[in-house]
Amino acid sequence: MHEMGVAMQIVEIATASIPADLIGARVEKVNLKVGKLSAIVADSLQFCFEAVSRDTALEGARLNIMEIPVRAVCNACQNEWTIDLPAFTCPQCQSGDITLLSGRELDIESIELAEEDN
Amino acid sequence: MLLDGINTIRACHHKEGHPHHHPHGTDQPVETHTHGGREIKVVRRVLDANDIMATVNRKLFAEKKLFVLNLMSSPGSGKTTTLEKTLQHLMPDYRCAVIVGDICTTQDADRLAASGAPVVQINTDEFGGDCHLAAHVIEKALGGLDLDNLDVLIVENIGNLVCPAEFDIGEDKRAVILSVTEGEDKPLKYPLMFRECDAALLNKIDLLPYLDYDVRLAADNILQIHPDMPVFETSAKTEEGFTPWLDWFKTAVKEKLG
Repeated sequence: MHEMGVAMQIVEIATASIPADLIGARVEKVNLKVGKLSAIVADSLQFCFEAVSRDTALEGARLNIMEIPVRAVCNACQNEWTIDLPAFTCPQCQSGDITLLSGRELDIESIELAEEDN
Repeated sequence: MLLDGINTIRACHHKEGHPHHHPHGTDQPVETHTHGGREIKVVRRVLDANDIMATVNRKLFAEKKLFVLNLMSSPGSGKTTTLEKTLQHLMPDYRCAVIVGDICTTQDADRLAASGAPVVQINTDEFGGDCHLAAHVIEKALGGLDLDNLDVLIVENIGNLVCPAEFDIGEDKRAVILSVTEGEDKPLKYPLMFRECDAALLNKIDLLPYLDYDVRLAADNILQIHPDMPVFETSAKTEEGFTPWLDWFKTAVKEKLG
């Protein structure tokens, strides 16, 4: 539901990441990592991004979303596994004392600039 | 090199329990190198700006010796009534204040003001009709409170089980309220919320005689998402089951304030 705010942050961070000496550079792709536990809907994010990137260096850029699975490690038996169902107990020893290793990402990994025309 | 970057970010993530974000600082890329002059590494959390502001808030709360609870819930689960009753029990021992978030209206603030606690109302439509309270919105609201003369601040977040879970506001503890008029499966549908909170209230148990509601199943579903989380079965109306909730709250306050 807050995809608009997220899209605005993406434009801000990506714009600030373009090296200052590359005048007039255009971004053609933004590589994002989005954990499956993040409250982000990809289609909504794309829609909002198109709206807020208008008239910026990111206009027309594609959001390339890499979905990150929810991985956990059990602190009791060190078992590591991927959580596919909404169940956060260790499947091996049933301990609830677990640490999430991934799944909460909402990161910009990189931006890709369009080839210059010259 | 790329993997190093990712690991750094991961280390900064809240692994479990509470997020303790470190500001990543500047607007400059963390690490810049190019592939054929075209790809620029960024490796930054999109919500960096919120995390940085939350860290500022958390530092201020520590300086002012202020315990902050972020109270979240679905709409209509009894959040304001729970808060009214909770304030009644806390006010004799602690100087309390409330920040209330709503998309519209000041009805909750009006109700809570009757408790005698200072109340700051935030209507998020001024901030774009947001579905959650972000850290910078809390920071603005703090200006309306005398932090030197407060022990406990409760933030009544927007009624929504999705977005508020994503935004750290600098709080010490998070609690979520669900009511027995909602489905038992709600925790499974909104795992992030139940994963991120430190306590859950299953409210309106006074209505159980009139409902086909399986309290055990609802509690088990919460525990499936967050195995060690305390789940309090409460009725804010009759105050049934309120003692364990208040005990949890007071223990958390004492942990911080001593």
